[in-house]
Amino acid sequence: MSPVKLNDKKENEMSLIQICRVFTQVETILHEFGSAPAAPQIRGAVAAVLTNPYAGKYHADILPMMEALNPVGLEMANTLLRAMRKQPEQINSYGKGAIVGSAGELEHGALWHVPGGYAMRELLGWHGDRAGYTQAQSQTKNSSTANLAGDAKPRSRPLAIVPSTKKVGSPGTRLDVPLTHITASYVRSHFDAIEVSLPGAPAADELVLILVMSTGARIHARVGGLTPDGISQFDGQR
Amino acid sequence: MKAEIRKLIVQVDETRVEMGQSIDPPTRRAVAMAVIANPFAGRYSDNLDALSDIGAELGKLLGEQCVEALNIQPSQAESYGKAAIVGEGGELEHAAALLHPKLGAPLREAVEKGAALVPSAKKMGGLGTAIDVPLGHKDAAFVRSHFDAIEARVADAPRANEIVVVVAVTDSGRPLARIGGLQKHEIKGQDGLR
Repeated sequence: MSPVKLNDKKENEMSLIQICRVFTQVETILHEFGSAPAAPQIRGAVAAVLTNPYAGKYHADILPMMEALNPVGLEMANTLLRAMRKQPEQINSYGKGAIVGSAGELEHGALWHVPGGYAMRELLGWHGDRAGYTQAQSQTKNSSTANLAGDAKPRSRPLAIVPSTKKVGSPGTRLDVPLTHITASYVRSHFDAIEVSLPGAPAADELVLILVMSTGARIHARVGGLTPDGISQFDGQR
Repeated sequence: MKAEIRKLIVQVDETRVEMGQSIDPPTRRAVAMAVIANPFAGRYSDNLDALSDIGAELGKLLGEQCVEALNIQPSQAESYGKAAIVGEGGELEHAAALLHPKLGAPLREAVEKGAALVPSAKKMGGLGTAIDVPLGHKDAAFVRSHFDAIEARVADAPRANEIVVVVAVTDSGRPLARIGGLQKHEIKGQDGLR
């Protein structure tokens, strides 16, 4: 059998987006040997395995894929909320990550920053001024706006940067994806991380793109610092 | 004795494209894992009935979690498997007590029918130990397209006094099954084999 060639299609025939696999993981954390809080922490991850259209050689211009990833980010964020059986207003921390297969470069993982982060922030009720809305995103933005308005929540909860990690790795590589509070990055109780790995992915010519969310703080958070009640600046940090 | 559960983890793995071929509908496999306290950690007990009772409770809970995560009717489940990873304060027989006497019946209820043996794996392990859970067709063990395995692993379990209990359920066989053998539309589903 001849080896599978990477990118054996002509470039202009390639679709930039091919989703090969979708993986969800939802953890219900009841306790960690302390007394169990009334509500468990629900922490989840969604990962999509995509064919990397830029694998195998250097491409100077990779920005078209960033644009093409917008609907992928939205689909993933929605998939994760469904898997967690949560509404946007129940999510209090988030993060994102990427694992690039060995025929790609770290910069391909960086393509995920904008479409992954903003899709999730918008789904959770961010109303900032992001250039270049796609039609699909505008629709979701409207529906989540309606949800939040009904609950009389602050206009924009997801003000904080979406923390991230990325690496180049082999199939089954594990990535620790950070989680921080969606309104204020310095909320100490919500500093957390979730380990994500997919047996068999990424293959050399694949990308694993990841979004993570949690309903709340670490299960027995008790090291002081800024708490959600203490958020006062609404600058995304404090 | 009720299971003392520290955490539950449910995963769904959906394959849409394999080897460049579109898989429509996608194949989907669910894994549900419970991290429980091992009531016999650190001591030898001749009688392991307490773990078998916990096995019955978890067969129902984890089986239902898988079916719910796949968003299917119980009758649409096609294959299943089970496994346990025992932390170092326990012994391999604890996994056997959880998996074999009582876990199967409530699991079969959760997936409707289930004439076939539930294939299983067990091992001792530490935090993050992975186990490959074998999968077989739920009504006829010889269905070749459904021989498979799925890896289960919890990053922070089992601690020494814990056990990770795993149930896997699918709504499909392998994505590109094409090596012949008994096909799922040919089964009688009576003897658990064919």
